[in-house]
Amino acid sequence: MFTEAMRESIKKVEATRAERMATEPRRMTAEEKDELLKSYHPDYKAEGFVEIKIGPNKGEKIPTELGNLLHSNSRLLDVDVDLTKVDYETDVLVIGGGGAGSSAAIEAHEAGADVMIVTKLRIGDANTMMAEGGIQAADKENDSPVQHYIDAFGGGHFAARPELLRRLVMEAPDAIRWLNDLGVMFDKHEDGEMVTTHGGGTSRKRMHACKDYSGAEIMRTLRDEVINRKIPVIEFTSAVELIKDDKGQVAGAVLLNMETGDYMVAKAKTVIIATGGAGRLHYQGFPTSNHYGATADGLILGYRAGAPLLYQDTIQYHPTGVAYPAQIFGALVTEKVRSIGAMLVNAEGEAYAHPLETRDVSASAIIRECAQGRGVETPLGSGVWLDTPMIEILHGEGTIEKRIPAMMRMYLNYGIDMRKEPILVYPTLHYQNGGLEIGGDGFTKAIDNLLVAGEAVGGIHGRNRLMGNSLLDIIVFGRNAGKAAAAKAKEVELGAMNLDHVKAYAEELKAAGLESEQVSPLLLPKYARHER
Amino acid sequence: MENMVNVYFFGKRYQVPADLTIMTAMEYAGYTLTRGCGCRHGFCGACATIYRIKGQNELKTCLACQTQVQEGMYIATIPFYPQDKRTYDIEAIKPTQQIMMELYPEIYSCIGCNACTNACTQDLNVMQYIAYAQRGEYEKCAEESFDCVGCGCCSVRCPAGITHPMVGLLARRLTGKYIAPETEHLKVRVDEINHGKYDELIEQVMGKPITEMKELYNTREIEK
Repeated sequence: MFTEAMRESIKKVEATRAERMATEPRRMTAEEKDELLKSYHPDYKAEGFVEIKIGPNKGEKIPTELGNLLHSNSRLLDVDVDLTKVDYETDVLVIGGGGAGSSAAIEAHEAGADVMIVTKLRIGDANTMMAEGGIQAADKENDSPVQHYIDAFGGGHFAARPELLRRLVMEAPDAIRWLNDLGVMFDKHEDGEMVTTHGGGTSRKRMHACKDYSGAEIMRTLRDEVINRKIPVIEFTSAVELIKDDKGQVAGAVLLNMETGDYMVAKAKTVIIATGGAGRLHYQGFPTSNHYGATADGLILGYRAGAPLLYQDTIQYHPTGVAYPAQIFGALVTEKVRSIGAMLVNAEGEAYAHPLETRDVSASAIIRECAQGRGVETPLGSGVWLDTPMIEILHGEGTIEKRIPAMMRMYLNYGIDMRKEPILVYPTLHYQNGGLEIGGDGFTKAIDNLLVAGEAVGGIHGRNRLMGNSLLDIIVFGRNAGKAAAAKAKEVELGAMNLDHVKAYAEELKAAGLESEQVSPLLLPKYARHER
Repeated sequence: MENMVNVYFFGKRYQVPADLTIMTAMEYAGYTLTRGCGCRHGFCGACATIYRIKGQNELKTCLACQTQVQEGMYIATIPFYPQDKRTYDIEAIKPTQQIMMELYPEIYSCIGCNACTNACTQDLNVMQYIAYAQRGEYEKCAEESFDCVGCGCCSVRCPAGITHPMVGLLARRLTGKYIAPETEHLKVRVDEINHGKYDELIEQVMGKPITEMKELYNTREIEK
């Protein structure tokens, strides 16, 4: 249901369609991209950041909302938790029930370890479930892991940690094989060849997909496998602090029952933080494509325990979030829509940029178009057109229903048929490029039995991530973390458990003059309205 | 003043803006959601909801995050549905008709009422995919059930006690693992990597100075 003004603009989009389809828009030069990012990318907006006042990354910048949480109090400051009363005991404790946590649990179980998952919502309530477009792997003849490395390294502004990126690309084909053997239904041709497409910034078509339910198909398969293996999953139970021992190792976590408010103690020889992203912190007021629980909890727990962050100041804004209608504002419109042919077009009907620039460049270009008055006004802001009818013209009628059914369904709920009309998009807060720093084997550098996997890790992608490399990263690094944690658990001898680091952190806050009324981790965003 | 509508959460009336979804309307009314809220974008199935419009008797099912409020909506979200998932070893089972009979025998008690299809929040032909499962046509069952988000609304309405999402999931895993054609180029590449074919090449790029990497990246050829 578009407004009259939007309909007028659609006429311009339709008028230029044939001409636009005849020419591929030019890709920007490296210099043009740098200039655009500096002028319009939210990461360059100084007022969106604060300085970290304490801890290993003291003096570095961090998004204001995340910084406020780092500078907040532990939930346990005035709570007397009896650490000698152990409610759960295990070799490997996985915090988080998304794709990374589930992959880790499966591999730890396969390695013979006792493993359990705690998750503050349900297993599968995670960004993995919502990943639509696909997963990268260089498994075709014209491609190679080296090519994949170059694409990801350049797309991430040459900042990725080489040892991490090497793992990502070298273990990618095996990740696809593992998923395929678990029963994930990848899109294939009749002869078994994978259907692959481009993503923004890829130089080869290496995006594997399961329609536009790629993450959902992977997540529900992993969840099914976790349950088949009878791995304990403690749902609606969040970790609120790590527990350490007198040798400086981690020894488990204090858990909070989200429904009763009771605290419990989980003791473990190794702990894997797989808590995901931070979209629900709504940096700089952006809407988000993330799930309800994406509040950076693991970063807070890890940092309080002494693990450093890396690239915490770089955030991915997905160029194509829903700008209209309001009911689905900020929801993800998969990059696959552009992979299979739709162009980005401004209010005047101009294809102002190549549709498959990297995400940071593409998002910045949309923000520029809108800031300079070439966007389409919406009740909640503005947006540009994503010319979806091009897909049906290029690949034939029925392509949208077959390749991107979730997108079609989402818009049809609100009376918009993307097969016939273009859709309005604007960047949405999508991914945390940074996170806790790990070495190639998944362990944090500060604590040698604490591991991190998935979106909570920083450094795999550098300062921008390519489409399809996060589904890949949760599988590759989730599996590795599970194997490494299981092996490590065999040699760990735990000492006396304590929460001294929590007290010490509180002292540091005080010494830095930081007095906050807030507690962290946040656990859930505060959306309930209590005004009367 | 915004356009407001009256809705009833668990029977209690609230006035909420008409352009909200059921989920955001609950938050507008002051609810802090723990159960019944997951991805908020229609992929996870956490927010299965039953509603009825005042003056009508038909019960409808939906996802709270994907459904706009209407005047006179009586709404009950379903915090948890005790789905009966049977466990199995994916390596040990085979895609024969037998396996569905063993794991989910109740699908043969389907009385053809179509309540599952009517309840589906994704507009899937649920009864049809159960029929495919009964016949051991797993590929068709997988295809027909592919967009399932597992909200469980179908199962709530089923007089035969079938857990439809789990049947579809089993069919999809069987299809993905055993029925779909094998991918030769994937096997080849995994073998090549395991045999060290790329070890030296990757070491080389990892060791290159940034200026060289920039040159390599900015001049790389892009497949059409």
